Amino acid sequence: MTDKISRETIRNEAMDPDFVDRIVEAGADRLRTCIQCGTCSSVCPSGRRTAFRTRELMRKALLGLKDEVLSSPDLWLCATCLTCLERCPRQIKVTDAIIIMRNMAVEEGYMLPEHRKSSKKLLETGHAVPINAANLEKRKKLGLKEIPPTTHSSKKALADVQKIMERTGFKKLILEDKEEK
Amino acid sequence: MTESKTYSFFLGCVMPNRFPNVEASIRLVLPKLGIELEDLEGASCCPAPGVIRSFSEPTWLALASRNLALAEMAGHDLLTGCNGCYGTFKETLSVIREHPERLKEVQKVFKGMGLKFKGTVEAKHLIELINDINPEEIKTLLTKSLEGIKVGVHYGCHLLKPSKNRPWKQTQRHTFLDELVELTGATSTKYKDKFLCCGAGGGVRGSQVAVSVDIAKEKLDNMIEVGVDCIVNVCSFCHLQYEVSQVQLNKELDEKKYQIPVIYYTQLLGLAMGLDPSELGLGDHMIDTKPLLDKIQGL
Repeated sequence: MTDKISRETIRNEAMDPDFVDRIVEAGADRLRTCIQCGTCSSVCPSGRRTAFRTRELMRKALLGLKDEVLSSPDLWLCATCLTCLERCPRQIKVTDAIIIMRNMAVEEGYMLPEHRKSSKKLLETGHAVPINAANLEKRKKLGLKEIPPTTHSSKKALADVQKIMERTGFKKLILEDKEEK
Repeated sequence: MTESKTYSFFLGCVMPNRFPNVEASIRLVLPKLGIELEDLEGASCCPAPGVIRSFSEPTWLALASRNLALAEMAGHDLLTGCNGCYGTFKETLSVIREHPERLKEVQKVFKGMGLKFKGTVEAKHLIELINDINPEEIKTLLTKSLEGIKVGVHYGCHLLKPSKNRPWKQTQRHTFLDELVELTGATSTKYKDKFLCCGAGGGVRGSQVAVSVDIAKEKLDNMIEVGVDCIVNVCSFCHLQYEVSQVQLNKELDEKKYQIPVIYYTQLLGLAMGLDPSELGLGDHMIDTKPLLDKIQGL
């Protein structure tokens, strides 16, 4: 059948009913009680200046539009300010739901290059933002220990931290030669 | 101060590695309030609640638990001066206490490392401890009134939310930090959208820098509109956001509109205690603090 109506069809094949189950099981309980009121979108600082709509993301999650949600760069526009979670009249842990979906996205290989870079720094140094020459100098001038008393000054501590990241699968996740999607 | 108590001082990443001047002010001011700091040797990134937690939640939980375990083994509560780290530790403790199987999972990851962790340790933000001190006691330490200084107070998100897992009064309009600022004689100036996020968290600063800076710009514009002399914050990442974003905005817009000194709370309190600005790290800011210091000197 053809007609002149322009369409934006949600295809049946695109809906994965297990998607929302996984999000709920991982901790975003009450997600199914969403009434699409839009409070989350209305308080979102990123939504004020971009096309990011939290409400739409929640609806897509409920519909099971897994691939669309996980591949969308919008998923990374949430600053995790938690205002939507505070204001949700259904007490849905909106921010938790977003973080759970981000974990799934990374698992599927959708990781932003900048985020992979910080993760690599964490793997190498124990810090996502490691020390640099300028700040070593600043520390010295301020009378602080030149090298901070963190993994930066303990090989054993760094080895432990790296071991933990190996055991949790983080090392593999970050260094795996997955083609950037 | 009545009696002193020792805490394991957790530094995180941004404070020791980008803003050691903030660290210096904390190490100088807190002992005067009876808060003794012991270094948490070998601590790592918290790790960041919106970034690493977004990539691999089990890794976030395990590394956060390791940092908490180091404090637990030292026999002190953990103390942080960063809202992001605070969020990570508060949420980690809540996860392992509500879900004992998650604690077991973490203990398994720790095998052979000599890390004992039961989750009995508490995580505190330094502003929480300062807020618990009788304000009259703090006032006895102040020698220089900052009356006439207009402050734009920025709380930050993870200090206050999720409210169910925070120690503050249940309200969306907090006043405790404004009151702590006003102890010094300065005025906390009302400005539009004071409780809006700084825009740095959630990996937005790292990957969507234009959006991130635009959020900061909105807050900065609102503060400029009411003519603040400085921003006062209690988070090393919000601190970074306001310092770096102002430099970026001036460069991008080819103007010098964004010149608000960004002051960490212990720096402000230290000034009111009559401490040397350079010892408080006020000579090491990206946005020059001289106009503020001159104004204070002239008071």
